[in-house]
Amino acid sequence: MFREHTKVDKPLLSMYWAASCGGCEISLLNLHEKILEIDAHFDLVFCPCLVDTKKAGVEALPDRGIAVTLFNGAVRTEENREMARLLRHKSQVLVAYGSCAYEGCMPALSNLSTASEHMRTIYIESPSLDNPTRATPAPGTPVAEGELRLPEFFDRVQTLEQVTDVDYFIPGCPPEPRQLSNVVDLLLRGAPLPPKGSVLGAGRSTVCDECTRKKQDKIIGGFHRTFELIPDPDQCLLEQGLICMGIATRDGCGGLCPKVNMPCTGCYGAPEGVQDQGAKMVASLGSILDLGRAKGGPSGQDRIDAILDAIPDCAGTFYKYSLAHSILKGKMG
Amino acid sequence: MNRISIDPITRLEGHGRIEIFLDDQGDVANAYFQVPELRGFEHFCIGRLAEDMPVITSRICGVCPEAHHMASAKALDALFGVDPPPAGRVIRELVYSAFYVSDHTTHFYALGGPDFIVGPDAPPSERNIFGVVRKVGVEIGKAVIDCRKRNHHAIEMLGGRGIHPVAGVPGGWSRAVTEPERMELLEIARKNIDFALFSLQVFHDIVLSNPAHAELLTSDLFLHRTYYMGMVDDQNRANFYDGMIRIVGPDGVELVKYDANAYLEHIAEHVEPWTYLKFPFLRKTGWKGFVDGSDSGVYCASPLARLNVSDRMATPKAQGHFERFYEAFGCKRVNGRCQPVHHRLATHWARLIEMLYASERMLELAEDPVLTSPEVRRIPEKIVGIGIGCVEAPRGTLTHHYESDERGVLTRVNLVVGTTNNHAPISMSIRRAAEGLIKRGVVATDGLLNRIEMAFRLYDPCLSCATHALPGRMPLVVNVRSAEGELLRTLKRDA
Repeated sequence: MFREHTKVDKPLLSMYWAASCGGCEISLLNLHEKILEIDAHFDLVFCPCLVDTKKAGVEALPDRGIAVTLFNGAVRTEENREMARLLRHKSQVLVAYGSCAYEGCMPALSNLSTASEHMRTIYIESPSLDNPTRATPAPGTPVAEGELRLPEFFDRVQTLEQVTDVDYFIPGCPPEPRQLSNVVDLLLRGAPLPPKGSVLGAGRSTVCDECTRKKQDKIIGGFHRTFELIPDPDQCLLEQGLICMGIATRDGCGGLCPKVNMPCTGCYGAPEGVQDQGAKMVASLGSILDLGRAKGGPSGQDRIDAILDAIPDCAGTFYKYSLAHSILKGKMG
Repeated sequence: MNRISIDPITRLEGHGRIEIFLDDQGDVANAYFQVPELRGFEHFCIGRLAEDMPVITSRICGVCPEAHHMASAKALDALFGVDPPPAGRVIRELVYSAFYVSDHTTHFYALGGPDFIVGPDAPPSERNIFGVVRKVGVEIGKAVIDCRKRNHHAIEMLGGRGIHPVAGVPGGWSRAVTEPERMELLEIARKNIDFALFSLQVFHDIVLSNPAHAELLTSDLFLHRTYYMGMVDDQNRANFYDGMIRIVGPDGVELVKYDANAYLEHIAEHVEPWTYLKFPFLRKTGWKGFVDGSDSGVYCASPLARLNVSDRMATPKAQGHFERFYEAFGCKRVNGRCQPVHHRLATHWARLIEMLYASERMLELAEDPVLTSPEVRRIPEKIVGIGIGCVEAPRGTLTHHYESDERGVLTRVNLVVGTTNNHAPISMSIRRAAEGLIKRGVVATDGLLNRIEMAFRLYDPCLSCATHALPGRMPLVVNVRSAEGELLRTLKRDA
């Protein structure tokens, strides 16, 4: 697809961050020597982390002038949205790179409350504040010498796809360098790309398929929090009662977290064909729970309550990475 | 009144901005450093499970996730009332040491160092990591990549993931270390020591031996007399993972030494409506605005600050360089310790001394027989409901403060992160540099713009934590406008 361009000029590649942590850029750096290969085949035209092209430089490019843009970070502010739309116009292929751009990631847990509730917690109620005038950041502030402006903090975190048209998705928080390397190889080969809307750099199944722990198809009577027990190093974590999201999470990472005795928290998002990761997880839990073994009173309701008591934060447990992308998307109203 | 907008980031991704106002004569009337970005962790972490915080807060920053992961794990030790067994503690500090070496390496060779190694007035296309490699040779470039690679490998091996590790738990670490892994860690630590010594030699040969650079290092342009903050062990030696927080005055005299639990007695945060980032200051001294001196509560927390609060370094090679550092600036000893160095550009040198310390410390920890003990975590037996954890992030003291209900569900989260400590000093350094460099009738050249940029680069601002922009070489665009907003002149500095 891009090979033809190389005969004349190298195709342009860009990588941009919106509301992100920088981990996606570090994942690119962690390709180590492979970066030189990318440099040999692409002209990295825009990447605040590595090169100094400005926004004006992007604006000056012809529409669809960039072959591929890897866009990471969620859309949290007005400016994030503006950059998303600009890069869409300038790119032949726009990739939502990493969990924030793909599904909102942890900052999307903000969608359980409003922008003004955030302002109150952070600038009015925080215990270390000394803020007698109850000042909060404002779009425009007059100072002695003129006016200072800040971009709007939206009420809701959105995914890239919710503000513009996206061609491909690369999941992960951040994507594992090995998987990024596979995508780079795909681009370098100049092979036809998969259908629009495909997830690249990951599998189609679940983390359980690449986890080396032993499964015995055990039925359990309830759950434990991770601080409550030291798990057996070889047995399935879910079957030990830990809420391991592997069963509802796309494979591709290599099952890294269970290897160090920690449950999968779901950073690769829902498996192929599943819209809502949290709903999938809850459905999966239903199939391994045995109410008869649950603690609590004699009634079924008591036992259900006892099971739910071990999951005091459903949103943060089942939608840690995917709330913005989920069916609910956040608190309604 | 004219106005200069130095927009190093908004024209790229909008996470940082400098506004300089000029008076009618063309001198600087005032300068503002704005942080126009917020994600709101302190709010959306409310309602989360306390034990999830090491994984959640690492997403504050993908550049220094290990710092948030460790501060969070320590806060959880307190919240759950459980102390890690010796091996759990040693593994945490070992991972943290590997992280420090990698992080300081990146800053010296790719971010801050190019200003010195290739020079502040070198062509912008040379003032970057590639220029550094051309100046010092491709072998060194390879050594820099190798250093990053081996330390990231150590972090992934012990922490589960190379970026955003997961193994920190209340009461310790989720995985033990094997003997073959210890052998590998010993080798990594030894290579780190060699690389740190080599880096200090580079600094000596290229910076200290060059009169022009040495003059810049001691220039008043980058000098501020403020309080300094850093963590020290029980012998007042710098420690990155654990200890007490020590604050010394501009004269080097200890103001206070406090346990992380008492941070609210000593630290307060000021709010300005023109920036999303708060301004921490010393509560008892008070917020007096963006000013130096012992009457102002402004403090600095950085590699330079950590050396300034320490009586000495805990490892022999780093101690040798520590002494050389203070001798070079002619610092007198008062009460057995060196007076502070106030020249902020010396932060680059201090960072390399810390890299050496972290390397030596990593070797000590890898040699510790307890490292390979299978007992790496203890299960908590209670929920205390409040936990405060502190570590030294590479860019300054990092404090995580959590409160929870009886189920361990968070009800309050307060975070004072590394770069945030330095928000006021960075603002002051930018203003000082702007005042010193932008004068009536002076043409703002590329070299001048770069010197303004050096004023914040020396703090290695981890804007991923504060504004989510990765520290990096930033292009500068300076728009000089009239008070009415008319564009008078545009100055650009491209790579």
